[in-house]
Amino acid sequence: MAVEQPLTTPAGDQTRIHDIGYRGYDGPRLGRAYARLSLYSQSLRGAYGLGRSAKSKVLPMLLFTVMCVPAAIMVAVAVATKAHELPVAYTRYAIMMQAVISLYVAAQAPQAVSRDLRFKTVPLYFSRPIETADYVRAKFASLASAIFILTAAPLLVMYVGALLSKLGFAHQTKEFAEGLVSVALLSLLFAGIGLVIAAVTPRRGFGIAAVIAVLIISYGAVSTLQAIADVQNHTSAIPWIGLFSPVTLIDGVQSAFLGATARNPGAINPSSGQGVLYVLVVLGLIAGSYGLLMRRYKKVGL
Amino acid sequence: MYDPTVARLTYRALLGRRRALILGALPLLLIVLSVAVRALTGADDQTAADVLGGFAIATMVPIIGVIAGTGAIGPEIDDGSVVYLLSKPLKRPAIIFTKLIVAIAVTMVFSAVPTLIAGLILNGNGQQIAVAYTVAALVSSIAYSALFLLLGTVSRHAVVFGLVYALVWEALFGSLVPGARTLSVQQWSLAVAHKIAGGDLVTSQVSLTTATVLLVVVTVLATWYAGQKLRTLKLAGEE
Repeated sequence: MAVEQPLTTPAGDQTRIHDIGYRGYDGPRLGRAYARLSLYSQSLRGAYGLGRSAKSKVLPMLLFTVMCVPAAIMVAVAVATKAHELPVAYTRYAIMMQAVISLYVAAQAPQAVSRDLRFKTVPLYFSRPIETADYVRAKFASLASAIFILTAAPLLVMYVGALLSKLGFAHQTKEFAEGLVSVALLSLLFAGIGLVIAAVTPRRGFGIAAVIAVLIISYGAVSTLQAIADVQNHTSAIPWIGLFSPVTLIDGVQSAFLGATARNPGAINPSSGQGVLYVLVVLGLIAGSYGLLMRRYKKVGL
Repeated sequence: MYDPTVARLTYRALLGRRRALILGALPLLLIVLSVAVRALTGADDQTAADVLGGFAIATMVPIIGVIAGTGAIGPEIDDGSVVYLLSKPLKRPAIIFTKLIVAIAVTMVFSAVPTLIAGLILNGNGQQIAVAYTVAALVSSIAYSALFLLLGTVSRHAVVFGLVYALVWEALFGSLVPGARTLSVQQWSLAVAHKIAGGDLVTSQVSLTTATVLLVVVTVLATWYAGQKLRTLKLAGEE
């Protein structure tokens, strides 16, 4: 309502303040939880390029297809040959496709956080009701969910296929559940590592390369060392070496507790003591990356 | 063709601040790995060839090539600061050529030198293995830099596509589809290494002549086309 306010101005002075009708917001305040949820869902959509340009959909969708097609082929083979077991165990699938998962993390972790840092939009987020912990949790949860979708979808394909070809409901369900636990751990671990590295490098290219270096190269190096230890008959060293790369960490956890066979050269399963250590290291890394992210965003751009 | 100022800027973009650490981490890992292997197995020619071929040439050189090749131009195009460079009275192919030289130099320093050191640690250059793989690293540095520099001018997702080529095409398809090995920088450089090492420890899928011709053709073509791309570069907004 534009109402002229009579202002006490000195005579002859034409300056005055007009009320041009700005009104305060008196609708519902959705608050912190809603803002966090929005940030989570937008980041999750962004991780698959939804709501972004067609170009940025290509890579995540391509990697998603690459993840699912072998699973579909396996199901087809199992049905055609009337096998009593799927050709690849649920727990083994993610380890087999580790290069694709690593590429996905490397491509999407920097896109989740690096651009906010580079274009200095982080302070804008914090001008909303959310706080550091909300931002970190939303980004962490969205990337972990995105990786979980990527890794669990092929398992679901295999499970449905196995049920349709009547491979034994109880047995398949148990193995499928074990596979899901393993990929859930993998998603959290990879998301944590990817985000910590990406949050340090505002430049996308370097973030991608650094994530790849940590995920794939460490796996390559560890596998090489394990192969040599196997050839030299130092088989007891193999599980210890496996502690030094994310992929073999997950492999160790699931071969100790989730009924998988270790994928390392010589197929040495860690003992239960080593298995506990594996779990502790995985959980420690997840908690550690969360802590590092919190520290990183405590002062960023503010 | 070579412009010292552009070169200096590119060196700074590649090695400035903490970026040299990323580039330095891989060679360090290779050397740590070879010390560990030497301690575990002692000097063994076959093991040395496995480590150098499997880790240094197959993984480390392409990744350093990707970082240096795309890093030489990608970030500048990405954040738009390349306009300041392009608005200077310099021929665009000259800019590409200079950046290529810098990328090659960085890749060589960070890949060939550690390969040589690792080879010396592993078996003290027995049967010329260290030298052979070092030459392979040098040769592939040139081709990788040219290829990935081109990728950097073509796509905003150059690093990802470069890594897909280096890791998926060369490692995965190369081991499944024999034909893919003929079209692989790694195999071309191994052909050169094979010539030097003699014996059967270093093997390649392609003959030396094919390898040399393909290496030269790819490098020259990629550089020329990158120059053309830069001449007609459109600066699009962020996605």
